[in-house]
Parts: sequence; structure tokens; C-alpha cells
Amino acid sequence: MQEKEIITSTDEQQEYVINMGPQHPSTHGVLRLLVSLKGEKVKSVQPHIGYIHSGIEKMCESITYPQIIHLTDRMDYISAHINNEAVCLNVEKALEVDIPDRIKVIRTIMSELTRLQSHQLWWACFGMDLGGLTCFFYGLRDREKILDIFEETCGGRMILSYNCPGGLMYDIHPNFQKRVKEFIKYFRKILPEYDQLLTGNVIFHERSKGIGKLTKEDAISFGVTGPTGRASGFSCDVRKHEPYSAYDRVQFKEILHTEGDTFARYVARIDEMWESMNIIEQLIDNIPEGPFAVKMKPIIKLPEGEYYQRVETARGELGVYIISDGNKNPYRVKFRSPNFSNLSVLNHIASGFKIADLVAIGGSLDLIIPDIDR
Amino acid sequence: MRSIINYLKEIIFGVWSLLKGMKVTGSYFFRPGTIITQKYPSNRKDLVMFERFKGEVVMPHNEKNEHKCTGCGICELNCPNGTIEIISKTIVTEDGKKKRAIDKHIYRLSMCTFCALCVKTCPSNALAFSQKFEHAVFNRALLIKQLNKPGSQLMKGVE
Repeated sequence: MQEKEIITSTDEQQEYVINMGPQHPSTHGVLRLLVSLKGEKVKSVQPHIGYIHSGIEKMCESITYPQIIHLTDRMDYISAHINNEAVCLNVEKALEVDIPDRIKVIRTIMSELTRLQSHQLWWACFGMDLGGLTCFFYGLRDREKILDIFEETCGGRMILSYNCPGGLMYDIHPNFQKRVKEFIKYFRKILPEYDQLLTGNVIFHERSKGIGKLTKEDAISFGVTGPTGRASGFSCDVRKHEPYSAYDRVQFKEILHTEGDTFARYVARIDEMWESMNIIEQLIDNIPEGPFAVKMKPIIKLPEGEYYQRVETARGELGVYIISDGNKNPYRVKFRSPNFSNLSVLNHIASGFKIADLVAIGGSLDLIIPDIDR
Repeated sequence: MRSIINYLKEIIFGVWSLLKGMKVTGSYFFRPGTIITQKYPSNRKDLVMFERFKGEVVMPHNEKNEHKCTGCGICELNCPNGTIEIISKTIVTEDGKKKRAIDKHIYRLSMCTFCALCVKTCPSNALAFSQKFEHAVFNRALLIKQLNKPGSQLMKGVE
């Protein structure tokens, strides 16, 4: 009955519903978007999530606190180190452990390197989504250098598991400082190339300026955080408002743009890369001496109560909420993931634009699907 | 008239921005060494991984086929996903005492998430990571490994 209607109807109001995903290169994972189209215009976007649901929150209830760390690697796998840090900070806050400066500084440097490589990958993929395949190769080439630094110190490239409650798994590699300095010197020369290649490109301008406008009010009411929210003028940088680790001792400015379109989100991330390099340069030369981990009890038990810690990942605000009943396992763990909130705004900003713009808007939100589904 | 000038300006700006991008890509034709990361399958012979690289868990043995694993089971306890299984046996030592010792240290590579908790928590440093990373096999059963070599013994002086 319905099928007949679609074939015979010549009405202009006719709606055409297509599935974008779950296996679509521009959704960066298994995200299924149910797109209602009127002609080429998007009428509404209905995200269907849960294809890569792995039950991380439930799994956390049956394992101990040090074991939770490696699961958070798998949530937002591009900024794995910051996720690790969030859980560790929460556990340390609950136990009221004093963390030496050395650990704080190393964690901050690692977080900023993570943010850099995350934005590099995003730049590579965003360029590719919009048809510039060259970006993909250049972005991944530079990211490789950071991954090598990670590999030398942590033993992993993406899935680091470098934090543990009370500090770090191992001390930094003797080559770490030298390599990071070399990388910063190298990347300061390379980042203007990104601008020449994509930021100034006229085709890119046409496809991103004025597309997917998000106002500040909407950003706040949808809970959109990270560079996406800051591009709309929503000052939401946790590093600035609630400094953790060593962010209170470094000078950096919060990137704020007011346009709120795809281009503003792009520029916000490029600017964040410059800021990240500034933060690393301030810290890399004066890593204080000291132990790389505080001695903790072999079995960590949190006192009864509720604990919350938020950090700024490369995509926005990640909150870790732990309810403890005094056992070695948490009673309940909840992750407030940035991508879930950022995805919720997609229908709001993409409707009215063309379907090709949906790819640009989705790319500019920088979605990581396992972080949405958890 | 003004609109025509603006139109021409837009075209010139557009072409200029494309040329700027092409200058970057074109420059790499003259310095191809800076764009290549590594030629992986052809550099396999002299590829050296970093010493901390987490390839797979191994149990180092010395030349007398001795290892340091006492079979205490702490790695099994700390493993978040049941990768390690320890099958222990009771042996009688030279002075007549009964003692727990390791029979089989089973390591399932297919389940390992490389969190390094087993290596870090081992009280006698019996476990380590190897740098091998090419794990693909045709049979799933090959991924279940026994870490202690057959006929191996506990190293003297390790309790």
C-alpha cells in the first residue's frame, strides 16, 4: 500500500527517507542516520545509535578500579589518555591522595599531545569528507609522529592505558622530552601548511561558511561542549573553569568564536592546536623531579559515597560519576560522554540544509561512535 | 559594473586559493622523503619496535630453561577479561616440603586488551611484553598459548 503511494505520488510534499549508515564512510563508525529528504533538502535527521554498544558502564560494576581504566580507552579511542585521566582523578579525589607535581605535569603534557593528535586526525578526516583526500595523508603523517612518542613511553599507540590510580604505569622514556620538543618545532612549521591547503580553499569556504548554524542558546540547552560549543560562543572549557592536573599553572586562552557554523568549528579546532602546542612548550622544559606513582593499596576500595570528576577531552566535557558502596567494585559508574550530547544537536542544525551539507556538519561535530554508545 | 568586478574578484581569489594549496602539494614532489612515514612490508627485516611496545605477554626463560613464575595467581586475579588462566600443581621440594608450583600458564592472546596490569603487578617480574606484533593466524586455537615452556622449572632463589 505504502509502496504504491511512493511510486505514484508526484506531490511536491513527498518525503523520501534514506538510511545513511550504519556502514558509511562519513559517519566515522557504525552510526545510522535516518534522513528524511524533500528533494535534496534534509527535513529531519534521526540518529539510531547502539550498533557498537559494548556495555562498558555495566562491565565497570563487576571489575576493580584499576581495571576500569583500560575500558575507558575503548570509549573515545582517539583521546584515550584523557579518559584514563578522568577515572584516575576521580578515584584519587575520593581517596584524597596527594598527587606529586611530576605526575600532574606529565599527565597534562600527555593530554595535550592526545588533543593534538585527535585534532590532526579530525582535520584529516574532515578534509576527506569534503573531498580533499590530500588532507587525509598529511594529517595522518603528522599524527604518526605523536603516536611514536606515545609508543616509546606508554607502549601503545592509541590504546595507551598509561594512567593508573595514584599516578602513571611507568616513568617517561628518557627520549620523551627531546622527541616532544622536536615534534613541536616540526609541527609549528607544518600547521600553516594545513591553512594553505584547506582553510583558505575557496571550495571549502563555499561548503562550510554559514552551514549548520548553532546559536549559543541552543548550544547550552543541548549541552554541546568542546570546540563545537566554543565555536558558538559557549564558554565551556573545563581546563579553564575547573582546572585539574597542571592546567592552573599554564597560560593559555580559551578559543571562542561566535559564528557557530561549520567553518567556525573548523577554525576553533585549528586554533586549539596552536594553544595545545603553547601549553606543551610551557611545561616540557620543567618537569619536576619526583616519583611517577604514589604507592597505593593493592586492593583499592573507595569510601561510601558519590564522586564526580569532569575533564576536557578533545571533543568536549567528559564526566565520570562513581557511586561506591565501600567495596572494591563500584556500585554504579556513569560516563557523561561529550559525543552523545553533541550528536543530539545534529537534527537541529542539519535540517533545512542539503544532504551533502549533512556530511560536512557531521564531520565538524567530530563524532566518535563508541563514545556515544559506550 | 560593480557586480562584474566583484564576480571577477571572486574568480581570481578562488583560483589563487587553489593555487596556494597546489603549491603545498606540488612542493612535496621535490622532497618526497618528508611525506613517507615508513614502507612497512618491505622494511620488515630491519624493523625495530620500541622496547616498551606491548606486543604480547611472554614469560622470559633463561638458558637453563628456568622461569620466575611461582604460580601465585596474582596476574590471573588482576586480568580484567580472563585472558590468563593458571593451572598449578603441588611439588615436593628437595628438603621434603610440599609446595605450590606452576603447571601451565595459559594466555589467550585473542582476549588480551594489553592493559599491562599482569606485567605490572607480578611480584616476581616473571612476565614481560615482547615486541612481536604480527599476530594473524588461520586457526583461532593457535592464539591460546602456554607461556611456560615444557619441562621448565622455577629459577633458584625466587620465592
